Amino acid sequence: MNALIVIACLGIAAMMSEVLGFKKLLLPLVAIGLISVVGLFVMDWNTSIRYYHDMLYFDNYAIAFSAMVTVLTALWLIMSKEYFISTTSKAEHAALILFCLTGAIVMISYSDLSMLFIGIEILSISLYVLAASNKHDLRSNEAGLKYFLMGAFATGFLLFGITLIYGASGSFNLQEIANYLSKNSEHLPMFVYAGVLLMLVGLLFKVSAAPFHFWAPDVYEGSPTLVTAFMSTIVKTAAFAAFYRLFATCFSDLSGWWGETLAIVAALTMLVGNVLAVMQQNFKRMLAYSSIAHAGYMLMAIVAMNHISAGAIFLYTSAYSIASLGAFACLHALGANDNEKIINLRGFIAKQPFNAGLLCLAMLSLAGIPPLAGFFAKYYLFYGVIQSGYLWLVLVAVLSSLIGVYYYFRVIYTMFLPREEEDGVLPKISGGHKILLTIVAILSLLMGIFPGILQGIL
Amino acid sequence: MNNILHVVPLSYYVALSSLLFTIGVMGVLFRRNAIIIFMCIELMLNAVNLLLTAFSAQHGDASGQVMVFFIMAVAAAEVAVGLAILVMIYNNIRTVDINELNKLKW
Repeated sequence: MNALIVIACLGIAAMMSEVLGFKKLLLPLVAIGLISVVGLFVMDWNTSIRYYHDMLYFDNYAIAFSAMVTVLTALWLIMSKEYFISTTSKAEHAALILFCLTGAIVMISYSDLSMLFIGIEILSISLYVLAASNKHDLRSNEAGLKYFLMGAFATGFLLFGITLIYGASGSFNLQEIANYLSKNSEHLPMFVYAGVLLMLVGLLFKVSAAPFHFWAPDVYEGSPTLVTAFMSTIVKTAAFAAFYRLFATCFSDLSGWWGETLAIVAALTMLVGNVLAVMQQNFKRMLAYSSIAHAGYMLMAIVAMNHISAGAIFLYTSAYSIASLGAFACLHALGANDNEKIINLRGFIAKQPFNAGLLCLAMLSLAGIPPLAGFFAKYYLFYGVIQSGYLWLVLVAVLSSLIGVYYYFRVIYTMFLPREEEDGVLPKISGGHKILLTIVAILSLLMGIFPGILQGIL
Repeated sequence: MNNILHVVPLSYYVALSSLLFTIGVMGVLFRRNAIIIFMCIELMLNAVNLLLTAFSAQHGDASGQVMVFFIMAVAAAEVAVGLAILVMIYNNIRTVDINELNKLKW
């Protein structure tokens, strides 16, 4: 809880740094702040306190995910160091990122549906601005508008669902709603089902699952690369943490009713994401589709919903986010002149073998090749789903992972091709990007060798 | 408070707000002017507000009405950001028709 207050205050301090003239100290301040926030989370471990009349509930699940998004934001900052030095409005950017993080932690640790709504909105409103932050680039404008319209539209569905559930149960509190649902499970009014369905639609919009994924590739491609990296890792992790918490604590009694639906959505998301990713020539858009596909895998944990799925989704989101950050760091460093094509990677391995090797590791982890983190994350996830009896879903997942291997390996293959005349000069990866890539590779390897540590804490 | 629900039964509120919500959704899906789409999203949120107050009166519980305040405040913040994005787009391409925004395609 103290950590949440520290992050919010840090955001305000970042905003004021422009006025009060300590802009030069901004980056060290934010870095120290984030590290101390992680420390505060670690101190809260195993306390499980409910705050503000049970509005927020920091159990181990919430603390683990909050600490993880904070660490991911710190890693993200390493990559964006140069960006924060060159851009003119860096105080605003830093403040918006910190407010996003505040929203993410609120939506991870909510214990009341009104807090879920407020967390999602704190996160989204800051992100709308960030997505459109490249003011003179039409693609960024379009991404901002699309994200805004789709986000607000999804919020409408989510709110209507919340209202219908409030109408039936008379409370916004997760525990009281769960009590109401288990007590009246025989004769629930029709609009409880409508409410759950509408909330499901709203959340599926937010996590860009299959029938509602159309906005995601456009928004991810149009936004500035760093913002895309933030959206597809930290925001996605927070959204899934909130999604899982809602369905695990609140609607688990109705699981016979939404389980099949969600299983079909997950299967569709994996297939659509992976198949469309194969067709992309643009690296950034390919990563956008791959993030849709990974959303499908993460949905499987919510379908499975047994004693290991909380740990499995935690391991999966961390493995995916870390590898993804590495891929985006490369994309950002190499795509200096808006050159985001995959073929821009030609000759990468000959020119910069070390960096190319690190990108290889990130790609292999995303594809789920042992002994990297991505493989064991998938292993625990699939194991949990089989235990819950959805064998067909695992078959679809394995099949779509094979499609995934194809396009991740195409990136690696392209790196080995000789560089052509028309490709121009390959920018050198150095500084923050290189540090981040190294950390990503080390973490992916470590999490692959000792997967039980992250999986076991939840 | 409950008198209101005696005069107009709860099911009428549910029907009215569902209708308003549907009109909003249809507007978002079929209109092409970004400002009209904004207005339709506001209509969806206000349908939710109406339903929340009705349910809150039915349960005799204030938390539903507090939620209405949250929704109004957040919607105002959201519109401020959305209109700023729209003004920026209008400065760049001199229109707010979303069909004109087609730089991003698969």
